[in-house]
Amino acid sequence: MEHASPLVEYLPLLPEIIVLLGALILLLLGVFQEGKGEKLVWGLSMLVMALASFVAIKDWGVNATLFNDSFVINDFTRLLKVMVLVGGIITIYMSISYLTEAGMFKSEYMVLMLFALLGMMMMISANDLIAMYLGLEVQSLALYVMAAFRRDNVRSSESGMKYFVLGALSSGMLLYGCSMVYGFSGSVYFSEIAKTAMGDGTVSVGMIIGLVFILAGLAFKVSAVPFHMWTPDVYEGAPTPVTAFFAVCPKIAAMGILLRIIYEAFPELTTQWNQIIIFISIASMLLGAFGAIGQTNIKRLMAYSSIGNMGFALVGLAAGNREGVEGVLIYLMIYLVMTVGVFACILSMRRNEKMVEEIDDLKGLSQNNLPAAFMLALLMFSLAGIPPLAGFFAKFYVFMAAVKADMFILAVVGVLASVVGAFYYLRIIKIMFFDDAKDAFNEMPSQLKVVLGLSGLFVLFYIVYPNPLIDGARLAAKALLPTV
Amino acid sequence: MTDWPILSAVTFLPLIGAAFIFLIRGETEGAQQNARYVALWTTVITFLISLLIWVDFNNATADFQFVERHDWLGGAFNYYMGVDGISMLFVILTTFLMPICIIASWDSIQNRVREYMIAFLILETLVIGVFCALDLVLFYVFFEGGLIPMFLIIGVWGGKRRVYASFKFFLYTLAGSVLMLIAIMAMYWQAGTTEIPKLLAHDFPAEMQTWLWIAFFASFAVKMPMWPVHTWLPDAHVEAPTAGSVILAGILLKLGGYGFLRFSIPMFPIASADFAPIVFWMSAIAIVYTSLVALAQEDIKKLIAYSSVAHMGFVTMGIFTGTAQGIEGGIFQMLSHGLVSAALFLCVGVVYDRMHTREIAAYGGLVNNMPIFAFTFMVFTMANVGLPGTSGFVGEFLTLIGTFKVNSWVAFVATSGVILSAGYALWLYRRVVFGELEKPNLKTIKDMNRREMSYLIPLIILTILFGVYPKPILDVMSVSVDKLITDYNQAVLVFDQAKIALKP
Repeated sequence: MEHASPLVEYLPLLPEIIVLLGALILLLLGVFQEGKGEKLVWGLSMLVMALASFVAIKDWGVNATLFNDSFVINDFTRLLKVMVLVGGIITIYMSISYLTEAGMFKSEYMVLMLFALLGMMMMISANDLIAMYLGLEVQSLALYVMAAFRRDNVRSSESGMKYFVLGALSSGMLLYGCSMVYGFSGSVYFSEIAKTAMGDGTVSVGMIIGLVFILAGLAFKVSAVPFHMWTPDVYEGAPTPVTAFFAVCPKIAAMGILLRIIYEAFPELTTQWNQIIIFISIASMLLGAFGAIGQTNIKRLMAYSSIGNMGFALVGLAAGNREGVEGVLIYLMIYLVMTVGVFACILSMRRNEKMVEEIDDLKGLSQNNLPAAFMLALLMFSLAGIPPLAGFFAKFYVFMAAVKADMFILAVVGVLASVVGAFYYLRIIKIMFFDDAKDAFNEMPSQLKVVLGLSGLFVLFYIVYPNPLIDGARLAAKALLPTV
Repeated sequence: MTDWPILSAVTFLPLIGAAFIFLIRGETEGAQQNARYVALWTTVITFLISLLIWVDFNNATADFQFVERHDWLGGAFNYYMGVDGISMLFVILTTFLMPICIIASWDSIQNRVREYMIAFLILETLVIGVFCALDLVLFYVFFEGGLIPMFLIIGVWGGKRRVYASFKFFLYTLAGSVLMLIAIMAMYWQAGTTEIPKLLAHDFPAEMQTWLWIAFFASFAVKMPMWPVHTWLPDAHVEAPTAGSVILAGILLKLGGYGFLRFSIPMFPIASADFAPIVFWMSAIAIVYTSLVALAQEDIKKLIAYSSVAHMGFVTMGIFTGTAQGIEGGIFQMLSHGLVSAALFLCVGVVYDRMHTREIAAYGGLVNNMPIFAFTFMVFTMANVGLPGTSGFVGEFLTLIGTFKVNSWVAFVATSGVILSAGYALWLYRRVVFGELEKPNLKTIKDMNRREMSYLIPLIILTILFGVYPKPILDVMSVSVDKLITDYNQAVLVFDQAKIALKP
């Protein structure tokens, strides 16, 4: 067989290479042009991400493994990478007005985000435990810094510190789990673990302990109950555009590797991981729904909302079938759009040139800025899962998979949790539409208008032409579970 | 039969109207007036087109007519529309009441007129869609989607406790519906399709039927509403603006009854037969209990709301008898109630617009200054009581006959409800219309104006027409109802025989 030249061999890696080189070049550019080149770096960083996702989409259908099977590329990883890249583009695009105003418009911000994205892309594609851990840490380190990016702000520093300490703890658990799994299977490769996991027909206790710790570490990253404690504080403390980024990209990436490790390394241990996933799914849905009711700060509210949303996405994983995987992917795509839309609105909550974050500050928004109130209301109804908006279909697919797997209790608890959740989403609509107006917000920056408008239109018109998303999710699920 | 997609046209025409209003800019008086006219014309044209459905409708077949079908949602579910003798009349009822709602809101809604009209037009689209949908998922999308505009109508343009009422309305209905969603999914995996015609022919296992029936019942019983989950209705009615109450009572309550007829009875016949006694007694309790509650009310709208619950009790009772009289009576009662309760709320709206109170005690002696109103209100009070010669009589009478054949005790209890309804309705009429005109602020009250007459006169005509000559309505539904009953009895019979055969 003719040996392909190394360059061709690494071609499937092009998206990662683009992001890495982009990050390095922009870092240099930022250092040499400090104080002048920020806007250029801002624009170029989006260009880099757009280029990387374009390259990824262009290769649709190509499968490859690299670096001695440590790195896998197929439609599943590709779809998730495109999702995190799109999430990155949108959040960086929205950030500019906030960053400029808070005096933190530095090129490091964009560079850190690119590194975080690179880590996520590595993690999504990881095919062994070490590669997974490497990707996860590249991502996490960048995120810790981003959480504390507003150095002169106590809350921001506190949230960065909190995130770092708890994140380190979860990394520790993950590593411990990895070492247990390695010890009992003799390999770090997912495919090898899958082969030896069952051993002689029984599962060893050590393997289960390893699995539990790995799941705990990843549950921390998707902020699923009972590993959610950091979420409200970090969301509240971190600068708002960073929160938006946290709410979207790391969650998607962690959910991606969670799906992959479960289906590729532990397919034989379904009964074991299934119990855990069902538990954290139910716990997240319920805590997300009830915890949000008492919140007055909209960023904290969104933290609980994201906990709940991850619970719903995990329903699809718990179902353990291909429909479930499809459901999770569709859920994540719709969740991405809804979340960035809501954060665009949160970023626009500025009164007298200062950010306000209380939910009550939205009072009477419909009188001051009807288009924004209308779009946010659409997003809220969508998050509550009311048809005909996109959020309904997100929930629809995951519950569909759960019902197929005869998990009726999970499905019933889930839909009832979504009714409780509807209460607090409705409260925001009530505040905007039924209450009397406060002073108007400052003029909404054009970037936020674009993001909010597009995401509102997306949730409204998803029903008309959902096929591209469904097809994408279907192909990706097929890549993950070719035989089921 | 026409070839063009008439059902989609009727369903989505209001949405186009809403888009037009959306494009109207500005908050000036002129812009508001434009919004009103666009909404009015849209609803009137929709009504006229929907009449074509009736014209072209073939009474002789129980099949779905005007069927349209397109791929949707990646092929697993379809955009699939069609009507039969049961659903067609509800489409017409909806399109008929909508222009009335728009005219009734002409003067009473003064703030955010554009949004109000948009909400109503979207609501119309969603409600018509519910009645036309032949795919369960599509049905659910329309069914649940209706919550959004109604929530806003109550919450933004409602009365003092509007926030409480709108939340209660939304969460009650949503909690009921989500269980139905799970049932829909289970049906999909069982039958491999969500197309209603195919599901109608599918035999679900008996045990599964029980669970599916309960899940659907949770949704429709709340929507109907049946005792004891009716408590959202009085609150929603009292706080909603007049037109909102009209839609709520006239159309949205019918979604529950329609759901029973379309899903519970034909798809889960065995479970329906099993649960029928429970439904009978729940209905009987609803009729007597809510009638008694209505007697004690001091708020006109609340009184009518409770009377609605009682009347819906007749509907559920009739539907679950599984007899031709019971089911036809139930459908007729729903249509008649759609006209009568809508008209009653409009009458309340007439005096509310003048006095801005709904307290019964604040009125009295209106006949002196408002003779036309007194006459109108009397016609609908009588129809509400079920006086022979009004449409209210036909429905109640048929359901009672149907019930008597199946369970005479329930029929006996329910009949006492008829007497009670006469009690509260006539007493209300006495307190509001008769007596001396003593209250000083009532002295100057004006009688109904042309606009108000323009929407109440058609309702009077139809109420009396269908009371005297119900044949056109019954003709439309009879074939479909016959098929429903035949299939239902057949399924129950087969199941019973199988049970007997299994016994040692």
